[in-house]
Amino acid sequence: MSFKEEFDRYGWDEVKESIYSKTAADVERALGSSRKTLEDFKALISPAAASYLEPMAALSRQLTQKRFGKTVQMYVPLYLSNECTNICTYCGFSLDNKVRRRTLTDAEILREVEVIKAMGYEHVLLVTGEAVQTVHVPYFKRVLELIRPHFAQISMEVQPLDQDEYEELIPLGLHSVLVYQETYHRDDYRKHHPKGKKANFNYRIETPDRLGKAGVHKMGLGVLIGLEDWRTDSFFTAMHLNYLEKTYWQTRYSLSFPRLRPFSGGLEPKVEMSDRELVQLICAYRIFNGEVELSLSTRESEKFRNHCIQLGVTSISAGSKTNPGGYAVEPASLEQFEISDERSPAEIAAMIRNAGYEPVWKDWDASLILND
Amino acid sequence: MLTIADQIFQSRLFTGTGKFSSARVMEEALLASGSELVTVALRRVDVRDEADDILRHLAHKHIHLLPNTSGVRTAKEAIFAAQLAREALETNWLKLEIHPDPKYLLPDPIETLKATEGLAKMGFVILPYIHADPVLCKRLEEAGAAAVMPLGSPIGSNKGLKTIDFLEIIIEQSKVPVVVDAGIGAPSDAAKAMEIGADAVLVNTAIAVAGDPVAMADAFRMAVQAGRMAYEAKLGAQGNLAAASSPLTAFLDEL
Repeated sequence: MSFKEEFDRYGWDEVKESIYSKTAADVERALGSSRKTLEDFKALISPAAASYLEPMAALSRQLTQKRFGKTVQMYVPLYLSNECTNICTYCGFSLDNKVRRRTLTDAEILREVEVIKAMGYEHVLLVTGEAVQTVHVPYFKRVLELIRPHFAQISMEVQPLDQDEYEELIPLGLHSVLVYQETYHRDDYRKHHPKGKKANFNYRIETPDRLGKAGVHKMGLGVLIGLEDWRTDSFFTAMHLNYLEKTYWQTRYSLSFPRLRPFSGGLEPKVEMSDRELVQLICAYRIFNGEVELSLSTRESEKFRNHCIQLGVTSISAGSKTNPGGYAVEPASLEQFEISDERSPAEIAAMIRNAGYEPVWKDWDASLILND
Repeated sequence: MLTIADQIFQSRLFTGTGKFSSARVMEEALLASGSELVTVALRRVDVRDEADDILRHLAHKHIHLLPNTSGVRTAKEAIFAAQLAREALETNWLKLEIHPDPKYLLPDPIETLKATEGLAKMGFVILPYIHADPVLCKRLEEAGAAAVMPLGSPIGSNKGLKTIDFLEIIIEQSKVPVVVDAGIGAPSDAAKAMEIGADAVLVNTAIAVAGDPVAMADAFRMAVQAGRMAYEAKLGAQGNLAAASSPLTAFLDEL
């Protein structure tokens, strides 16, 4: 059974009501149980768990250290293109947004790579909009071949692709693929994605299944927090993770929990999520799943990120630019979203060390993916 | 003295290099442990970089590197990674780890056996990480493994010797050294493994994430020594063999 079939049996409103009706007793049972279920996860993200934040944080930290040790993984995004044929109400690269469009050439990519490498990175995340005329599978193949010699680990956050397209890219060194559902609320999804290929909710929600079948090493899931009720959306994320772990058991998983950030001409979040609530979610994810990677971007503030690495987050970016050419080619161009933590990778690494953790720049090797 | 392939080890505590809060803490802990064989993940080190932070802190005469293949999912990938590690780290020793399940990192017995067969022909000293499966251990021995490394419980779980009944069978049957790997959460677990006759143990998480990794490494060093001494000294028989007040066999004396 595909995830969509399983997902279709759930109703948003019933799930939401079930989360909001969890009690303190449910939370305590969840914290005490040895194998966490999805019902336990509902309790951990419910309003009833708010007063259990400190014990949740202690447990989350302990579980994270057991699995990941005292380490934090470092990665950095490399925006290749801001061309996009989608309209997304919350994104700076949306088709209807007046911004100069650019797709980096090979020579430009290498200039960006040089700067990124000088910052110490071995793990790069390639990001594009969705523009099938210019930013397509042949372009991705060319880019992978171009940059593979420079990085130990290559991740990608681009438009959803077909299974056979992923199968073409993985042997070229593609280690992980991030595809965020944005929201599991169908109607709201339609509202925020009125035009372009991204409007197809079903194709997007089935993407992790295609990735799993293609045998990707790692995939990243998440929703954009602010579009819909975060608790309900996070429940569906956890359910998706559960399904994927059982079905594609050879793949690793990571979760992100980006909160909507301002950009020029952008949308105000429909649902606010406080810092306290985000910590609750991070701890809930960790207590629910001890092995999943939890990733936090520069969207979040300095102080918040300083503390989160001790609570359950295992992977962070630093010194990020969210515009194509942002590192070297055209630093002044318009960004996809405003970053909040502007510290350099060296400053972040020092912060991590001061907190008693080791920044890990390399945790994969290009030679571990056979090119055949 | 423990001998694997042609290498003699004074210490029966093998260690890992992951999860430490810094390369310096790792180095101090490994020195305190007295360990002479430490695993290094190919994925974590930059073999092209002579100043690699991890490798630099392992440069001690008594420390031998044991590259591991963490990250591979098949025998084919493992064989490729092994060749790369041999060339880059200049050792033909290999901890063969094939765990295609990234959640619990449980080893794939089929791919591990296949890879062992291939690598043995290529001259590697292979220490395969496997389930506490006595038959698989014999098969690996026949395929040319230099030692076997059955797990006590899942990697990083600190749950101790959940597989002890099977470890005892493996130790009884094995012609190659048995190194209990994974799951050893406390010095008492390590001592227990040594008491039942394991040739060595491999410990990483329990040292790396301890409040004081250096002190914990020292504690493991002593526990492994104590456990080995107890094994060699022959533990007293266990059980409740108290004499019954009316002996069941006393009648034999009267016949």
